[in-house]
Amino acid sequence: MKKIEAVIKPFKLDDVKEALNEIGIRGMTISEVKGYGRQKGHKEIYRGAEYVVDFIPKIKIEIVVSDEVVHQVVEKIRDAANTGKIGDGKIFVYGIEEAIRVRTGETGIDAI
Amino acid sequence: MHQQFGLIALFTLLPLSNAIAGEGIDSGNTAWMIVATALVMIMTPAGLALFYGGMSRYKNLLNTFAMTIVSYCLASVIWMLWGYTLAFGPDKGGILGGFDHLFMSGIGVESISGTIPTFVFALFQMTFAGITVALVLGSVVDRMKFSSWIVFTILWITFVYSPIAHWVWGGGWMAKMGALDFAGGTVVHINAGVAGLVLALVVGKRIGYGKEAMFPSSIALTAVGASMLWFGWFGFNAGSQLAADGVAGSAFLVTNTSAATGALAWMFTEWILNKKPTVLGIASGVVAGLVAITPAAGFVNLQASLIIGFVAGILGFFSVARLKHKMGYDDSLDVFGVHGMCGMWGALATGLFANPNIIQTGKGLFYGNPKQLWIQAVSIVATAAFTLVGTLIVVVVTRWVTGGLRVEKDDEIRGLDGSVHGERGFEIA
Repeated sequence: MKKIEAVIKPFKLDDVKEALNEIGIRGMTISEVKGYGRQKGHKEIYRGAEYVVDFIPKIKIEIVVSDEVVHQVVEKIRDAANTGKIGDGKIFVYGIEEAIRVRTGETGIDAI
Repeated sequence: MHQQFGLIALFTLLPLSNAIAGEGIDSGNTAWMIVATALVMIMTPAGLALFYGGMSRYKNLLNTFAMTIVSYCLASVIWMLWGYTLAFGPDKGGILGGFDHLFMSGIGVESISGTIPTFVFALFQMTFAGITVALVLGSVVDRMKFSSWIVFTILWITFVYSPIAHWVWGGGWMAKMGALDFAGGTVVHINAGVAGLVLALVVGKRIGYGKEAMFPSSIALTAVGASMLWFGWFGFNAGSQLAADGVAGSAFLVTNTSAATGALAWMFTEWILNKKPTVLGIASGVVAGLVAITPAAGFVNLQASLIIGFVAGILGFFSVARLKHKMGYDDSLDVFGVHGMCGMWGALATGLFANPNIIQTGKGLFYGNPKQLWIQAVSIVATAAFTLVGTLIVVVVTRWVTGGLRVEKDDEIRGLDGSVHGERGFEIA
């Protein structure tokens, strides 16, 4: 099992969700996050007072999948979240030791 | 409230002789002045509260509203008790009005000021006292103690606003000197602007000023507030003719034009220099244009108002975006930059552009009367100097009465909405 964590532009969330739906990924956890990378922040000026806004709003998606589909999922996310412009985000892949479904107690791949 | 006003004020002081009563109340003028008064009223607890509230930080929005609304409430009471008589009571040496109308005594339903009931005139004037003191608070939002603001308001209306109103409109020395101030360039804007600067300097900068980002809570509220001020300003300027006549119509026209050109000038200046035409800039430009046309409203024609508003927009921008940062004071919402600077420009511009074809006694430099410019300069310097000293004394007394002027450091960081009022301006899930 692997966990895929993708930080993407907020307006790309629907595209990514639909793309993952197409390949049978039926669950995910998202959170609204802020951060910056190469895109850096931007400047706002109010009556001459200049403020730098460092952190830009992003959406973080977390999905746990079986090892076989990791590559496919990553490609789908990349494809859907890509605008070709700086600030499209990052995808991280982690190993998962165990997964347990709360209601039934199922474990491993059955639980996701 | 132009020069002829000295005479009108004199009428109010005399007991109601038949000769004066014979002039009678003009119902058209009275109807207009009741509406104009209501227009000016809404400028403070709605227009200014939104304009200022939107510019203060999210955690201080309600405190800004509270200070603004309470200013109007206090002015409403003080004016009727003693403010009106200090400003418009029988002249004592050109300096102050006498106490004849304390608690509005001697004024009844029969009393007439010019062609309108004295009650209406007194209320119209009250709305001016209310907005002037409320304008001052913009310089100290986010940090001043609420109790200090209340004490300051009471003292300031009494000892700073009322005397200046008397000098200019109550038959005092500035009126006798021939200073032209149609609707309050000196009395309202220079007065509030300089007082704001003094208050900001004594109270001190906000914690984190110049280091941390201080975002306005909502530019949308500020833009709505500016538009409500614009709307109310028609009562402010056109109402200052105290009659529903051609001069009022002219004041109405130039007020609108100056507001519009002020907004455009500020917007384009900012667009060129900072690459973005901000909504805050457009809203600020509206106010800058309105401030500058205020003293000139009944005296100048359309052409002059285009220039007055345009210059005000550029001047306002440079005052808040450059001058303030060079000088390093924390006048939070730019009371001095917008009202002080543009008020001075307006007072001078009145001395340049006053056109005797509109009001005969108003004749500026461009119509062959260079002396008027000098008189205007004297009125600016005198107002600024008196306000500077008067406000300083009032602030020091306030500090003594309320044991300091600032909230505790922790309360300032937490925000005054919570620490002073126990409320939140927004509930955002």
